[in-house]
Amino acid sequence: MIITDVLCPFCGALCDDIVVEVEKNKIIEVREACEIGVSKMMGHERIATPMIRENGELKETTYENAIDKTAEILVNSLRPLIYGWSSTTCEAHRKGIELAEELGAVIDNTASVCHGPSILAIQNVGLPSCTLGQIKNRADLIIYWGSNQAEAHPRHMSRYTSFPRGFFSEEGRRGKKVVVLDVRKTTTVEVADDFIQVAPGEDYPVLSALRAILAGEENVVPSCVGGVSKEKLIELVEKMKSARFGILFFGLGLTHSRGRYNNVVNAISLVRELNAHTKFVIMPMRGHYNVTGFNQVCTWETGFPFAVDFSRGQPWYNPGETSAVDILNREECDAVLVIASDPGAHFPKKSIEFMAKIPVIQIDPYPNPTTELADVVIPSAIAGIEVEGTAYRMDKVPIRLRKIIEPNHLSDEEILSRVLNKVRERRGE
Amino acid sequence: MELLIKNGVVYDPINEIRGEKMDICVKEDKIVSKVKNPKVIDANGKLVMPGGVDIHSHIAGGKINAGRLLRPEDGRKGAEPRGKLTRVCTGYSVPNTYATGYRYAKMGYTFVMEPATPPLLARHTHEELIDTPILDNAILALLDNNWMTMEYVKSGETKKLAAYVAWMIKAVKAYGVKIVNPGGDEAWGWGKNVNIDDSVPNFDVTPRDIIDGLAEANEMLNLPHSIHIHCNDLGHPGNYETTLKSFDVVKGRSNANRQVMHATHVQFHSYGGSGWKDFESKVDEIAKYVNAKKHVTIDMGQVMLGDTTTMTADGPLEYGLHMITGRKWTNLDVELETGGGITPFLYSSKVAVNTIQWAIGLELALLIKDPWKIALTTDHPNGAPFITYPIVISLLMNKQKRGEVMANVHKAINKRAILPSIGRELDWNDIAIMTRAAPARILGLDRYGKGHLGVGADADVAIYDVSPEERESKKIQSALLHAKYTIKGGEVVVRDGEIVAVPEGRTYWVNPEFDGESTKDMLGDLTGKFEKYYSVNLANYPVQDAYVPHPVEIKTKV
Repeated sequence: MIITDVLCPFCGALCDDIVVEVEKNKIIEVREACEIGVSKMMGHERIATPMIRENGELKETTYENAIDKTAEILVNSLRPLIYGWSSTTCEAHRKGIELAEELGAVIDNTASVCHGPSILAIQNVGLPSCTLGQIKNRADLIIYWGSNQAEAHPRHMSRYTSFPRGFFSEEGRRGKKVVVLDVRKTTTVEVADDFIQVAPGEDYPVLSALRAILAGEENVVPSCVGGVSKEKLIELVEKMKSARFGILFFGLGLTHSRGRYNNVVNAISLVRELNAHTKFVIMPMRGHYNVTGFNQVCTWETGFPFAVDFSRGQPWYNPGETSAVDILNREECDAVLVIASDPGAHFPKKSIEFMAKIPVIQIDPYPNPTTELADVVIPSAIAGIEVEGTAYRMDKVPIRLRKIIEPNHLSDEEILSRVLNKVRERRGE
Repeated sequence: MELLIKNGVVYDPINEIRGEKMDICVKEDKIVSKVKNPKVIDANGKLVMPGGVDIHSHIAGGKINAGRLLRPEDGRKGAEPRGKLTRVCTGYSVPNTYATGYRYAKMGYTFVMEPATPPLLARHTHEELIDTPILDNAILALLDNNWMTMEYVKSGETKKLAAYVAWMIKAVKAYGVKIVNPGGDEAWGWGKNVNIDDSVPNFDVTPRDIIDGLAEANEMLNLPHSIHIHCNDLGHPGNYETTLKSFDVVKGRSNANRQVMHATHVQFHSYGGSGWKDFESKVDEIAKYVNAKKHVTIDMGQVMLGDTTTMTADGPLEYGLHMITGRKWTNLDVELETGGGITPFLYSSKVAVNTIQWAIGLELALLIKDPWKIALTTDHPNGAPFITYPIVISLLMNKQKRGEVMANVHKAINKRAILPSIGRELDWNDIAIMTRAAPARILGLDRYGKGHLGVGADADVAIYDVSPEERESKKIQSALLHAKYTIKGGEVVVRDGEIVAVPEGRTYWVNPEFDGESTKDMLGDLTGKFEKYYSVNLANYPVQDAYVPHPVEIKTKV
């Protein structure tokens, strides 16, 4: 059976044109997707059954036991942390937020260690942006800053930016200028028209210099800023001003280098000021396919996008205090539920050392380093392959994930729903 | 389940009941003529009205959520913990979905129209509506800056345009057609804007053509609501002329049941003057027009002095506001369809323009003689959050209260607004019309059981603990903010101002039937648009049934 118009549940580009061939409830071929997408969709090692750790060893058990154990840990916890969310559906997010509310827990998603600084920057200055189709049809200047999407979002350029022919860009790649700014010559540079190498940690002054030049104050700019010559900077500003429609995409090179959210504030401010000259927009290169979705759901349900603490009853949002890594590093929480993410592989050593000391529950289709820390492991069906539901693309366009094959496991939403019921049961509600 | 609402003072304008002491009977989710074994609600000396109907309030979707994300400082306001029945609440001008549902219900409202959904993002709006408790709802789809629309308007292929409008409304589970700064967002794709007779860059149509084309398609499809328009030139001095020109575009059209154009938040479109220094009210001109004509209805878009968040599909307008205030600004252009922007705004009593804006909204309600032509709105949250409705009502009902406010604001109000010279005070019948009967009728929802208490109507009822003679502002405000009872679909959802039940709201959507041949031709064009220009596949575009779990489908025929 051939299934068309399938969404790829991997990166924030959320391609929805994938063709999948299924035979006997098994995916045998994936077409149109990038290499990473194909490998993700073809599947790899799964967690087979629920497990509970006994005497240091994970022992197989039933869903019922694992879910009951999860409820027991959460009910006995004074300050539970619920973390992850970026590789599952918005339907699961909603259930998770309800669980966090009920428990008085802290809920946080992977944006916290990814584009969290971008969100803080947006809360400072806003975000002049657009959907990806707008770029495909209009943009004649495309800038990637601190983002190597050739490897992280492999089809971003071919579907939405540099290559496609659009309504006002019939020439396709020939009618567009592509500029990359990064600390090293990434593979993205190979398909760019211009590469500007910024010295590590110097993005902020480079952005400030561009803003000064744009404001007509180039006399205050020294001959070289952050490893970039003044001539080069003036040339870039001219390119920006003379574009008909410009877009600046930025990645973790801005959010996680020196300056962090301030870099993003500076980048957004630059784009905002460019609008006095021409049309210019900016967009964060969101990573996981539904990291944006969690921020959306959490915002409409609680008023805040991530790092929400329900311990006061009402939501309390203060990233840096209520974000997962900070809570772990202060050794503040006494249980962690991890879902649809892998902090074991991505959190700082100190956070992981503390996770090893407290009860950890993992809900995930795949074994990963977090499994090694987990006391309860609950395997779930793969969203977008075995479960349908909503995901938000990096430009906040919501699309419905398709179910391609029948699952052998419960969905994240179903597991959370059962956990919530068990929690209520244990509390005598 | 039966209810008997006993001895209330009933205002039910659609059924011409004007402050009569009478009983209202409820069986299951409908109003009935009698009941056998009911639970009795004593409404003696209290006001009884149909549940409130908001014709235009930005409560759910991409823009609203971008506003919440932009303003955590607003989220902090009004935070409430989870209750036994209720979820957490946050926000003032950008409340979370739960606060939106509870606060409206506490004010006796039971239906809200989300008036500006970009079709590409409609799934998002519906997802938020699922999480908005109690309220019945519907959405209007933005179809005016749309490439398909503009191309059909240009080529004069009205039947294909109607087929497209029908397809889109069905595809995104919408209720009607929304127009926001027609042509302006397409121009904003290049950082520009247009006015009513300018040519839209690259499309060779004028906003006037777009308005007329969509009105024709709307009437051809026999939709329950007329076109719903946010005119060009919003917020600019001297824009009343554009507003009157926009009204005039459809003056030759008619519909037996309703207006053929609903112009929204007309406060923002009733400005005179050549700049900010001689900015003045032109409500006299707008009211003269609306009083004389039948084809257009409006809503207020009242401004209240204070801090709020502005958000609209009018992209260039929001950028303009940001340039005036220097405050943070978010923009979201939507491919082939529309745009949008958000920026916080403080309407200050010390600023002449803001003070005059405040006066203008009230002037509209007081100078338009027939309350059936004007619905009460603040264009939430643009003029003010919906939670200020009780204050707006108390001002409309009390001249002395208005005088007290005017004594403490910028003196420009005495020279450049009309309000100081207006003595009219609205009564409860006028208020019942402006807050339920008229919006229901303008939306065409009165035929589907909304906005009245006749036998067969939906059992959506508000009971306010205030005497019909009461004129004291504080008492009116307090009674309207915390209804004694709100009954939604026959279920008591608010008692003594507190939420006591949280049923899920229903979504009204229109399924327009249209000529198959035109639809087939149109789909050929649409497929091309998706293959070449959209960033999603056509197969993934229509909103799936899962996003409208409690639908009320309204079928229309040509």
